Amino acid sequence: MQTEFISAFDVVLGVLERFWPVWIALVLVMGVSFAYKKKLALYGQLFDSGVGIAGVGICLFWLFTAIFASTISPFDPLAQVSIMKDTLPGAIEPTSKLVYYFGGDKLARDVFSRMVYGSQIVLIIAPAATGFALMVGITLGLPAGYYGGKIDTLLSFLANLVLAFPVILLFYLLVTPGIMDTPIPYAMAGLFFLFPIIFFSVLFWTRFKNRPDRLYILLGITLVVGGWIYAGLVFDADPLKIVHIDPNQLNIFVAVVFASSPGVFRIVRGLTMDIKTRDYVAAAQTRGESPWYIMLWEILPNARGPLIVDACLRIGYTTILLGTLGYFGLGLAPESPDWGTAIKDASRLLRSFIHPALPPTIALMSFVLGLNLLADSLREQSMKD
Amino acid sequence: MLSFILRRLGTMALTMLCLTLVVFFLINLNPNLKKLAISQTEMHTSAEQLEDWLVNHGYRQNFFVRYGQWLGVLPKQPIIDPATGKPAQRFSFCNDPVEPKFSGVLQGDFGCSTKFKTTVAAKLFPALGATGLLMFWVLAVMVPISLLIGILAGMREGSRTDRTLSVASIASTATPEYVSGVIFTVIFASWLGWLNGSAASASQGLTFYNFTLPVMTLAIYGTGYIARMTRASMVEVMTQQYIRTARLKGLSFGSVVVKHALRNALIAPFTVIMLQFPWLLTGVVIVEVMFRYQGFGYTLVEAAGNNDIDLLLGCSLVSVFIVLITQLISDVGYAFLNPRIRVQ
Repeated sequence: MQTEFISAFDVVLGVLERFWPVWIALVLVMGVSFAYKKKLALYGQLFDSGVGIAGVGICLFWLFTAIFASTISPFDPLAQVSIMKDTLPGAIEPTSKLVYYFGGDKLARDVFSRMVYGSQIVLIIAPAATGFALMVGITLGLPAGYYGGKIDTLLSFLANLVLAFPVILLFYLLVTPGIMDTPIPYAMAGLFFLFPIIFFSVLFWTRFKNRPDRLYILLGITLVVGGWIYAGLVFDADPLKIVHIDPNQLNIFVAVVFASSPGVFRIVRGLTMDIKTRDYVAAAQTRGESPWYIMLWEILPNARGPLIVDACLRIGYTTILLGTLGYFGLGLAPESPDWGTAIKDASRLLRSFIHPALPPTIALMSFVLGLNLLADSLREQSMKD
Repeated sequence: MLSFILRRLGTMALTMLCLTLVVFFLINLNPNLKKLAISQTEMHTSAEQLEDWLVNHGYRQNFFVRYGQWLGVLPKQPIIDPATGKPAQRFSFCNDPVEPKFSGVLQGDFGCSTKFKTTVAAKLFPALGATGLLMFWVLAVMVPISLLIGILAGMREGSRTDRTLSVASIASTATPEYVSGVIFTVIFASWLGWLNGSAASASQGLTFYNFTLPVMTLAIYGTGYIARMTRASMVEVMTQQYIRTARLKGLSFGSVVVKHALRNALIAPFTVIMLQFPWLLTGVVIVEVMFRYQGFGYTLVEAAGNNDIDLLLGCSLVSVFIVLITQLISDVGYAFLNPRIRVQ
């Protein structure tokens, strides 16, 4: 039976059409942001330069793609339609009459749908892992920079220890199937996921310790929500069964947090050492504020500019790391639609078919590019102030 | 200065000791040992036989004793065959001691590679040579290009050249090796047919045809980063008073850039280039696997994939050493290049 194809022009039109929810959301958000940019502080200033608009646009595009993935993609990313094996872009699937816009891969899955669903995996893991790395880095970096001395020496030595590991070696050691039989990933998860709870508890405690009415509410919320997520992630014992993570994904998550928190630690430590010599810190010390109040409420807010820029770059870097993991087949399931795994599968067959390789590579590249452009224009804007 | 270097060397030794201990621990986790035993016995063996194999090959000794033996601070004991009562060889392809002796990394004995069936030294050092060649060409391409881009962009901040080159360098930092490798292979090997998509033949002899793609792929990720740093440093230098003085004296823009600005602007990129080595190391692994080039990265992946304990330890030792020594060189070199910074 002959497979029918649509023309290249129709492929482009069809792809643009499939993304319709993204376009609508993009126009809405960008339009509103542009109209009210004067009132939106740093975020609004991004819309002053072409680079900033491009960065925000690309990031939002992938964000909405991840949200609307099930509407956009015509097929299930794991479904195999054997007749469509290795078909070229634009092939029409005979039973449903839907189109394989970017062709089929070697297991006869729709490359387009896989690319769209791949964005979900990346956009969940990369920002979340970066968030945890920030929490760990901030909670350890502030005292190291503020107190100096022995704490600093010890923590810096540990951070340098992790940084001296080539990332790829670290992943080969930490993300092997065998390690799931040992308690190591769970112990590390238990340690890392504790940091956000500590961070927020100390944050609220230092600020509101003289105002019990608000303190107890905030602390209660932190402990209940934090403990609930903690139980779900680390022990997989969420009583409501909402928070759940695969052991594989937990392992990847922990490895990525482990690899990127020393970088955050170093930046926070450097910034703290710089800021603690300022007058307002001296003023707070004279007022008799506690060290943790000064760190969290005087130093940290003033370090936010470089930290936001770094967070943007770091999400991009984490995306690259996830791709590396997928490329080496570490951690993620072999049929997972994430971009790294797709690139690995396609690059083996590059001599015969090139079309399965291009969509995931371009997707990954454009997303990281968007984040880098965003970071660059954020940096430029914060320098103007 | 000398005491600074000595102190740094001391910290380096301590770091390496800690890291090798961590690696040793992770490789010798029970599931990993089981995997090794299964791959080495090559038959459907019972759990008991696997355990026997591990005991007979000395993998069940005390952890710290084995680490000490690997390091060379504890003597390696000969393994006695219970049937004959004589010292037995664990593997046919490398020699175990017949009598107790110190034979570890400190003595230059890196152990046996179970995957490649040879000694680790015989496998690791030729592979390092091959990777050194790759690194040399990558640096030879990457450094001049990125410095040039950075200087051209930073020379006149905010100009059209600056905008274009900056966006180009941001784009290059957003392109990891496995992305650029695929795109380059598609363009240059599949469509144009100019270059070879595999560097497997490069171990017999380097040619432009088989070696360009790996070098290009590896160079592109670092180029953008170094160019950005050079640009930032150049922009800063160009706003200095002495540059304005030189311009006001009537010197041409070109000669101010070349004679006055360049020397000071290149201090920061030196550090950045040195600190690029750890990143290059990861890139080397990806590129060598992608283009099937038999170097250090390829060896590392094979060792990790097959849980080849001694080889993987050797690989981690080498890579950690490279990272630490480049950090040291960058610190020392920075102090030499920049007279304003002197170590107390």
